[in-house]
Amino acid sequence: MSSSRETILQAIRANKPDLLPLPSVYTFESNYPDVLAQYQQTLQMIGGTVEVVPDLARVAERLKEIYPDLTRIAITLPELADLGNADLEVSDPHELEAIELAVIPGRYGVAENGAIWVTEQEMRHRALPFITQHLVLIIRAETIVPNMHEAYRRIQVDETGFGTFIAGPSKTADIEQSLVVGAHGARSLVVFIIA
Amino acid sequence: MSPHTLDHAAASEVFNRDEPRVDWHDETLWWVRQKRDRAAMQLPEWEALREAASQIKHHVLSNLDTLLENFERKAQENGITVHWAANAQEHNEIVWSLLHKKGIDRMIKSKSMLTEECHLNDFLRSKGIEVIDTDLGERIVQLRQEPPSHIVLPAIHLKKSDVGDTFHEHLGTEKGATDPQYLTEAARQHLRETFLTRRAALTGVNFAIAETGGFVVCTNEGNADMGAHLAEIHIASMGFEKIIPRADHLGVFLRLLTRSATGQPVTAYSSHFHRPRPGQEMHIVIVDNGRTTQLGRPDFRNSLKCIRCGACMNTCPVYRRSGGHSYHNAVAGPIGSILAPNLDMRKNADLPFASTLCGSCSNVCPVKIDIHDQLYKWRQVLAQEGYVGGIKKTSLQLASKVLASPTLFKLSFNAARTALRIAPWAANNPLNAWSIHRELPDAPKDSFRQWWEKNRK
Repeated sequence: MSSSRETILQAIRANKPDLLPLPSVYTFESNYPDVLAQYQQTLQMIGGTVEVVPDLARVAERLKEIYPDLTRIAITLPELADLGNADLEVSDPHELEAIELAVIPGRYGVAENGAIWVTEQEMRHRALPFITQHLVLIIRAETIVPNMHEAYRRIQVDETGFGTFIAGPSKTADIEQSLVVGAHGARSLVVFIIA
Repeated sequence: MSPHTLDHAAASEVFNRDEPRVDWHDETLWWVRQKRDRAAMQLPEWEALREAASQIKHHVLSNLDTLLENFERKAQENGITVHWAANAQEHNEIVWSLLHKKGIDRMIKSKSMLTEECHLNDFLRSKGIEVIDTDLGERIVQLRQEPPSHIVLPAIHLKKSDVGDTFHEHLGTEKGATDPQYLTEAARQHLRETFLTRRAALTGVNFAIAETGGFVVCTNEGNADMGAHLAEIHIASMGFEKIIPRADHLGVFLRLLTRSATGQPVTAYSSHFHRPRPGQEMHIVIVDNGRTTQLGRPDFRNSLKCIRCGACMNTCPVYRRSGGHSYHNAVAGPIGSILAPNLDMRKNADLPFASTLCGSCSNVCPVKIDIHDQLYKWRQVLAQEGYVGGIKKTSLQLASKVLASPTLFKLSFNAARTALRIAPWAANNPLNAWSIHRELPDAPKDSFRQWWEKNRK
């Protein structure tokens, strides 16, 4: 209701304190001697698995080795498309329900927290990295940044309609603080770093 | 939440009857607090980050109107419909009308303390709409028909055997099963079915970005995403203080939020929503519900800087030993005790007294809210406004007289010492609330003053 809009904005104007400036210092450097090693260590700590590989051909080999039994595989990376068999040309995201493995490229990795920035351009469907049972993300070593400040320097958050930092598999500790992996989203996360 | 009958002290007493459970609650939350400490110590710039966050939020409070107008304009350009709600009732009616228009009578919801504050679930139920909470902890307490007892860990007051019993009754798990892995899997299957069949999803908002007209939702389970990306209508509810000026400020807040909350470096999913997906409707409801009043109270406006991490609860010696439900408010613990009297002074006059004023809450707050100072200030406001109960008021008035007069002080302490020596049962008995969890000391024959006069003069 527009009347509430006006009421709220007027009350804010009447009640807010005098204007205070934004701080000039709000970004910080994280100096890790080796960001790749730091990334690997952090991701393992938060429940993900990481492998450093020389190229996409090796990724293809490893996918067959790690997931020999999975049959419904969605791949959004054109170079590896041959390995996938799930149809992503669907208009209703509910049709992705049966997907067991999704393989998606990420844009940036963050060494301090293990997160990888993925946008809807890479995921094709926003639901895909969440609805899949298992998730594989692929990044290039040179896209790993030390911390979140550096990540936001490179990202334009509204470039696509949706983007997310994914840090590890879906997890919960809501039952007596026991950590359980695989709550609603992907039950596992493997990250391949091409270096 | 229904109107409460017990004040904080009385409700804590109920919680305290099961002593081993209180000890366990206390230790569990202290363990989370220690995880927070370790995570904070990983970052040499931790204190500078807190200062930056605090200053950004100061700016936000001083420029709220402009930021909200900018946010609204950008969000509308992005194809998001923006609604404004002056109070809880209006918020609930907006949500209901959106569902009603599309003929939807079942909705899923990811964690939103604002909807708890507005009692949205009860309202929608009265309109014949079913709401299923999808955060595991929220779902557990929802099945038990309880409110969450913690803003980050909604079922922290329950043991796995409690959850096992609840799931056996509602989800058909094996009787007596307590394995968290097994129970979580049962919830996963139950909720997956729900995600796949609901056309509407509601999420909270962790941060809204004025510069870009988008918002960020953080979860570990991925439940907000599962809901929002499958539903044909996504409604996001936000208190207006969730606004931040620019996207690059998220670097500060995302580094602080989860480290403060659970000791994790970041949540598993930090999702940035800017436009609805093709064919989807996206709505955002900007809510006041008393926030402009709090903004107008210089002593208390800093409470609007809160990013809902829960660190103040985990560290609070009173919260840990009294449980979240004793606060009879959607947000429990120290921060809730500052927010609640703003909403209703009479109903929540007890809460600012549920604190030792030790300052631990202020020390861990990632946005540097002066929590314990505000609790102290609320006590004075509430006493002045006449909301402090009879016994507390009379004894404090008496104490202030005694402490203000050296003669009265000397006389009354001589009397107390004599009484403790001659008749200790007069103090160590259940009628004296002060002695319930304390052994009163053996009284010496002389006071310190008498000793000083004898030996040092």
